[in-house]
Amino acid sequence: MPCPALADVERVFREEYGRAVAVLTRVFGDIDTAEDAVQDAFTEAARRWPDGGLPPSPAGWIITTARNRAIDRLRRESARADKHAEAALIHARDEPAEEGPVHDDRLRLMFTCCHPALGTGAQVALTLRLLGGLTTPEIAHAFLVPEPTMAQRLVRAKGKIRDAGIPYRVPAEADLPGRLAAVLAVVYLIFNEGYTASSGDQLARADLCAEAIRLGRLLARLMPDEPEVIGLLALMLLTESRRTARTGPDGALVLLADQDRRLWDRALVAEGQDLVRRCLRRGQPGPYQIQAAISAVHSDAPDAAATGWRQVLALYDQLMAVSPGPVVALNRAVAVAEVDGPAAALAIVAGLDLDSYYLLHAIRADLLRRLGREAEAALAYQAAIDRTQNAAEREFLARSRARLTPAGLRARSARPPGPRSRSPAGDPPPRPG
Amino acid sequence: MKQYLLSIYHPDQPVPDPEVMEKIQQDVTAVNEELQAAGAWVFAGGLYPSTTATVLRVRDGDVLVTDGPFIEGKEHVGGFWIIKVPDLDAALEWGRKATRACTVPVEVRPFREDSQA
Repeated sequence: MPCPALADVERVFREEYGRAVAVLTRVFGDIDTAEDAVQDAFTEAARRWPDGGLPPSPAGWIITTARNRAIDRLRRESARADKHAEAALIHARDEPAEEGPVHDDRLRLMFTCCHPALGTGAQVALTLRLLGGLTTPEIAHAFLVPEPTMAQRLVRAKGKIRDAGIPYRVPAEADLPGRLAAVLAVVYLIFNEGYTASSGDQLARADLCAEAIRLGRLLARLMPDEPEVIGLLALMLLTESRRTARTGPDGALVLLADQDRRLWDRALVAEGQDLVRRCLRRGQPGPYQIQAAISAVHSDAPDAAATGWRQVLALYDQLMAVSPGPVVALNRAVAVAEVDGPAAALAIVAGLDLDSYYLLHAIRADLLRRLGREAEAALAYQAAIDRTQNAAEREFLARSRARLTPAGLRARSARPPGPRSRSPAGDPPPRPG
Repeated sequence: MKQYLLSIYHPDQPVPDPEVMEKIQQDVTAVNEELQAAGAWVFAGGLYPSTTATVLRVRDGDVLVTDGPFIEGKEHVGGFWIIKVPDLDAALEWGRKATRACTVPVEVRPFREDSQA
């Protein structure tokens, strides 16, 4: 049985690691120094708290302890003429208490981690490591990368931040929209990786989703006036609300149309919808807000048949206007199928240059099936299966293909669409468009 | 203050038309003047084409001389700036102006602090 105080250390670690690293990075001007110091402080906490009990402010205790430990260590190292340690000590001495508009240090750190001079893989890894407190093995596991590869990626990225002089600050107003978009993209990427693991047997990596939502909530608290920040949080909450309904008892994928809506997490739905309404009131729509609004329309429907498809389609038209792209066009085609019929949707899908994307073939297969073109549907299902590594998705596609009527396959004859119109991707896994 | 090398990567072919070249010259001069006015200018220069390069390397204790360039490719460094600014964001801001002016890619690289004479 875990000692309660040790569980407390773990909880404080989870909640406060990012803040502690962020504060100490500002103090010492160096990420490695900050990380080492915070690790030291948590080691000390694990030794002391079980006997002495929790200090009144655990986070404050960690930050103070880490700061003192780091200064001790840096003094020892600078006594041996370590230039790096000297620089960090001087930085700590000269660091003003707070300058200019007060920004949370975590926000600075987030912008540093998601700096456009770093590759996307490095941005994601740094964000999870420094702000989420995930260990290198955890991150490597989540992204199916060998541990040494992930360790090297982190070392290289931190080295670039230090050597290239990537600043530790929230960008100026003029640069903010572009830089914020990069931060939101990283959070959304973490969420997506958790929501539909790109490969492997586990459909959902709940911990990555939880981490992305935690980061989304943090951003929403720190930047409450940025509607896209709120939009992204709403989108993640509404998507997350369907997690339980999205997989059957055997772990198989369940489409939005077939989900047991009683399993949706009502609290997350309510919170997400509330945020969508807040966005609507502001009237500054952006891609995340519109996607959240689409998700909210689905959340409104008591069953699939009651879905407001015209509203969904209107929102997709708006999304195409603000962020046009083939993935958005593909998702819009799903709504077109519901409003104007599968033939109209098939014509749109045929014109999209997305051959490597499994979802295009899955949607095409379903549209063909609904048009009675079952032989072509079978080929399209196979094309989709060949293009995804996710076991649950493959399983789902194989079963859909197996359900095609043998008569239709043999005769290659046109059959009228079935009585029940199903949308294969009414709940498409959100992907960066 | 940190120093950064801004390298200009020129394609070897085709050489721009004279009137295009003239516009590039003007724009690059404007960036130079702006750098100097901002106190960020350290050094800058344009290079002759890579066909004029000569490579030296030590082989068995002797220095071997060969016709260059060192890296065979379709693009080569055609010129560079060395600038002095507070951080990478400031360097990238000059890099943006530089690439617009010379119309080809610009690579920004930090100098080692312990290497500057």
